[in-house]
Amino acid sequence: MITSMDFLLWAKGPMFQIAIAVFAVGILIRLVEIFALGRRHNYAEARGSELLPGMQTVVRRFQADPGTLKHAPFDVVVGTIWHIGFIVALLLFIPHVELIKSTFGIGWPALPNPVVDGITAITLLGLLAALVHRLTHPVKKFLSTTEDYLIWGVTFLVVLTGYLAYHRLINPYPLALGIHILTAEVFLIVLPFTKLTHIFTAFVARWYNGANFGRKGVQS
Amino acid sequence: MSTTTSTNATPAAGPFSLQRGLQALREEMDAPVASFFSSCVHCGLCATACPFHVETGDPKYTPIYKLEPMRLLWEQEYTLWGKLKGKIGLGKQVTDEMLEEWEPLLYDSCSMCGRCSMVCPVGNDIAYMIRKAREGMVASGHAPEGLIAASVRAVNTGSPMGLQWKTLEVQIKHAETASGLTVPLDQQGADYLVLLSSMEIINFPEYLEAITKIFDHAGVSWTLSKDCFEATNAGIQIGNKDIAAKLTQRVVDAAVKLGVKNVISPECGHAYTAIRWEGPNNIGRAYPFKVFHIIEVLDQLRADGRIKTEGKEMERLSMHDPCNLARKSGVIQQQRNLMDLVADNFVELKEHGKYQWCCGAGGGVSSNERAEPLKMAAFKRKKAQIEEVEPERMVTMCATCRTQLEEGLEEFNMDIPVIGLTEMIAEHLKESD
Repeated sequence: MITSMDFLLWAKGPMFQIAIAVFAVGILIRLVEIFALGRRHNYAEARGSELLPGMQTVVRRFQADPGTLKHAPFDVVVGTIWHIGFIVALLLFIPHVELIKSTFGIGWPALPNPVVDGITAITLLGLLAALVHRLTHPVKKFLSTTEDYLIWGVTFLVVLTGYLAYHRLINPYPLALGIHILTAEVFLIVLPFTKLTHIFTAFVARWYNGANFGRKGVQS
Repeated sequence: MSTTTSTNATPAAGPFSLQRGLQALREEMDAPVASFFSSCVHCGLCATACPFHVETGDPKYTPIYKLEPMRLLWEQEYTLWGKLKGKIGLGKQVTDEMLEEWEPLLYDSCSMCGRCSMVCPVGNDIAYMIRKAREGMVASGHAPEGLIAASVRAVNTGSPMGLQWKTLEVQIKHAETASGLTVPLDQQGADYLVLLSSMEIINFPEYLEAITKIFDHAGVSWTLSKDCFEATNAGIQIGNKDIAAKLTQRVVDAAVKLGVKNVISPECGHAYTAIRWEGPNNIGRAYPFKVFHIIEVLDQLRADGRIKTEGKEMERLSMHDPCNLARKSGVIQQQRNLMDLVADNFVELKEHGKYQWCCGAGGGVSSNERAEPLKMAAFKRKKAQIEEVEPERMVTMCATCRTQLEEGLEEFNMDIPVIGLTEMIAEHLKESD
């Protein structure tokens, strides 16, 4: 009989290796697919440079422009909150920092558990609000595909199972932890093949955007 | 489905086909496009930046949605996942019907103003991709009648409106009589070759008179070319590289023949982006001359102290930045410097410069009769902006924007005249002793 501990060990062991491998190879393929296409030489005399404006756009797009903040405050506020919450829970929760340290050999200070707990709860609420918005807002509803809802589910489950495991709401604990690790692995495996790639490619897209405009003397 | 099959079976049946359209789209795929499509999360924020969506409320006018056929082709042929899906028969095909359905989205409801490119959180330059997607539309035979007619006229007569040199000659005579000066024609070795737009020649001939006066006042050596007076490029608006290259080459030939050092784009935003940014890429080499918008030239003359003005406009004036000039070309401060010279009571529209809103007529929308209702709908955003600051007159520096502002303001019974900035400068030139 498979015990919850067996399940946890499988999730932490072979399954983790598979997930990391699919994620790493997948994202590498995606980036190669993008960069291999290249860009045509631009013969028009540039007004500004590409490099720095491109890098500035990478940073600037973390903050909404005044118009977007005014026209879509819900998107900006809720989107910002749950993205930050997700990243904080991922990178600043003590067990996650430990895992990163043991896997990659680099570590950093973590936040106290109650703080991460609160932020996780807010993130879950933010994600729920984002889903309701997607289901009701005319443009979002119109644009949304099955993939958009699936990816919402994959993202929500990672955070939810983490929250449930921390609060010991699933028993026994090895099962709770195993489920959380498995959802994280699903997240990693689907990442390179879905819109989750934006986690990496948005930096590339922003740079090209900033470079296109920067060349013409506009900071985008 | 049957149509797709038959089109597939006869790829060489005519100059336009689905196969040619898809091939044209493939040629437009590059690293930026792939990074943009990879990054879209369907947040829909680009819709809030688009006057066509904002004023109609129709979700199908969401900018990124206008690129769905191109995105689909990219996914199928340029991603491993898409190729796998295609192999097991899961991939949706781009069909001729799909392209037909997208024609009004890519032409009637987009002026390529680029405002969506400024707000996308993941950084997608959507306008950059719309320009590319249009190449596929032309090659597949799905471009609007109005733009096809304009392109044919541009190739055959040199003007998208079919304007002949003799029409311009009448306007030249008129400018000479009104100014008491001579308009230089085919002056070998002049510093500046001045180009015009047909719309300007027909609707705003006062522009030619204005530059004749200003250049005389500032002692600028300039000329018109009888070989080529048209600055606009219908090939770029419709999305056809071959036509675009042909029209660009005419300007280059005229400039080289006269041995000019600089070419001046008229008060036309499109013409400026066409000749300044796209032209060299159309012909595949750098120009042996520099290109300026007339506003850049005037501001340089101002900075050099070569324009002396007297008197100021006392009316409350506001200004419309043409998208092509400001957001898409970085000419933003120059028009403000010139306004300071002649306007005493200038008030900015709230969102201006790189964040300005399009008038609704650019990117070929105004040459596409079918788009007329959408063009007027999109104008309502500009109208709302103008109402916020209640100017007595509007100033702009693009003949298409100006025509749209005049028509739109009249449509909504707003008594606000529109004037070109170059003209306004000419009205304030200090009389020489």
